Amino acid sequence: MEGQSVEELLAKAERDEAEKLQRITVHKELELEFDLGNLLASDRNPPTGLRHAGPTQEAELRALARDNTQLLINQLWQLPTDRVEEALVARLPEPTTRLPREKPVPRPRPLTRWQQFARLKGIRPKKKTNLVWDEGSGQWRRRWGYQRARDDTKEWLIEVPGNADPMEDQFAKRIQAKKERVAKNELNRLRNLARAHKLRLPSAAGMHPTGHQSKEELGRAVQVARVSTASVGRFQERLPKEKAPRGSGKKRKFQPLFGDFAAEKNSQLEMLRIMNSKKPQLDVTRATNKQMREEDQEEAAKRRKMSQKGKRKGGRQGPGGKRKGGPPSQGGKRKGGLGGKMNSGRPGLSGKRKGGQHQGGKRRK
Amino acid sequence: MLIKGGNASSTVTQVLRDVYALKKPYGVLYKKVTFFNIRKNITRPFEDQTSLEFFSKKSDCSLFMFGSHNKKRPNNLVIGRMYDYHVLDMIEVGIEKFVSLKDIKNSKCPEGTKPMLIFAGDDFDVTEDYRRLKSLLIDFFRGPTVSNVRLAGLEYVLHFTALNGKIYFRSYKLLLKKSGCRTPRIELEEMGPSLDLVLRRTHLASDDLYKLSMKMPKALKPKKKKNVSHDTFGTTYGRIHMQKQDLSKLQTRKMKGLKKRPAERKAEDQEKKSKRIKKD
Repeated sequence: MEGQSVEELLAKAERDEAEKLQRITVHKELELEFDLGNLLASDRNPPTGLRHAGPTQEAELRALARDNTQLLINQLWQLPTDRVEEALVARLPEPTTRLPREKPVPRPRPLTRWQQFARLKGIRPKKKTNLVWDEGSGQWRRRWGYQRARDDTKEWLIEVPGNADPMEDQFAKRIQAKKERVAKNELNRLRNLARAHKLRLPSAAGMHPTGHQSKEELGRAVQVARVSTASVGRFQERLPKEKAPRGSGKKRKFQPLFGDFAAEKNSQLEMLRIMNSKKPQLDVTRATNKQMREEDQEEAAKRRKMSQKGKRKGGRQGPGGKRKGGPPSQGGKRKGGLGGKMNSGRPGLSGKRKGGQHQGGKRRK
Repeated sequence: MLIKGGNASSTVTQVLRDVYALKKPYGVLYKKVTFFNIRKNITRPFEDQTSLEFFSKKSDCSLFMFGSHNKKRPNNLVIGRMYDYHVLDMIEVGIEKFVSLKDIKNSKCPEGTKPMLIFAGDDFDVTEDYRRLKSLLIDFFRGPTVSNVRLAGLEYVLHFTALNGKIYFRSYKLLLKKSGCRTPRIELEEMGPSLDLVLRRTHLASDDLYKLSMKMPKALKPKKKKNVSHDTFGTTYGRIHMQKQDLSKLQTRKMKGLKKRPAERKAEDQEKKSKRIKKD
């Protein structure tokens, strides 16, 4: 009797469970593919029920959507959960669908000077312990950093070496040496950084007199020397025949408010005269020469870049082994297209400016 | 980046507005784009891609949707994505039927929720076009990648069905009903825009550009587990590397009977000493 009732109870419990599960189970021929990191589900079953486009299509689509969503939710509810501020939160796995990136992979940094040297010599980093025994304080201290083990600036007694000046301050000397080392380290770090980002540092090329300097280098050296005073070159006298440097100082100069009334009147009348006159005030030769010079510089820079890139890629394979020919050429094509557009813009503008004189502009017509 | 082309019908405009509403706050809606020096609109993304690229660079958006309308291609929508500010993929779809957010009078979900995406139909894996379209739609509509999601906050589902050459895009709001066990039963309520799309032209990236865009940096690649191997039966084997053991200090079972008595130990020491003296 009791055996029967136990069996009955068990059977009933099973039936109840099955009923409950039925509410959330969905039968599909092919299992769906889930990418829970993206909350994505792909159903490969051919949607045969929807072949006939008719009024019931919406309802059928909805039923299909409901089934698929139920399966996705079943999967999501099986993920490990946390309780964060009284809300149940599921921990999602990494997304498995591989999607293309927005921006290219960052380039590997060029090696620093030390890394190049170490690679050349075959020096490998030695594994060092974190703490070092310090005799003086009788404890284990850091190898470097705050309260390090052998800090020579913190000594309380320094013996004056035999050949040193007895009046010299040995403590100050040590502190000075430390500062110099820190500054040198910082300079090297910045130089490595500039090399990595290919920034052009203000080169000290012409500053050391060698005797074989070009006119430009000397000019540059003179400029730098003029400006390297405490007043940034404001009170430097010029040589008798030296011309004032063009383009230095402030970009806009304003006349003082209360100045020379006569000068002000003259400048205003001059402005009116210019506005009234029909002839253009632009020196066409100078404008076109400037334009041509700019273009030449641009092309030279581009050529230099291409030759540098070619040299670099040809020289070292480096960490990024494969060389992609596709994108640079595509990029090149596009740049050419844009450049073409811009070129078409310029002749129109210069045409407007030309008045009567067609002297300048050998190329641009 | 949602751009309205030169000649856009009201349907197309409404579609762009709805998608913008779905994708807030990450979308940028551009109305009738003009180039700065030259007064030109982006009328044809399939012919000229430079202005699209310029705008993507300015707004730093890599996904775009461009809507236009002409007699030849009515209610046209171009969905595309960029890699490194150059166009990677572009797919043109025509909108056949459109029901907007406003027309369905239901409560909407809050903006910025991450939607669930479901793709139904075997077409999505058969043709290369459809596969790219699926990847493009995933890219477009998935929200930001998150590591945790609040289970009660999963509110909305985008369902794409590929059937008879058409793609049905429906969005539903999720209602979680009680079922007997922990997992709730789902009921859906149509909420958002619903579109019937037809695939028109495609401009897919060449294989090597696509491969380049899929390249993952080394840091993101899954790390291989070393010293672990599996055999064909599914057993996992591991390898442990031990340091050299000092066998003289090995702890073995002690037999009390074999223990050296102090007298014997003394005798042994003396023997060793005499041996050493002899050698010296």
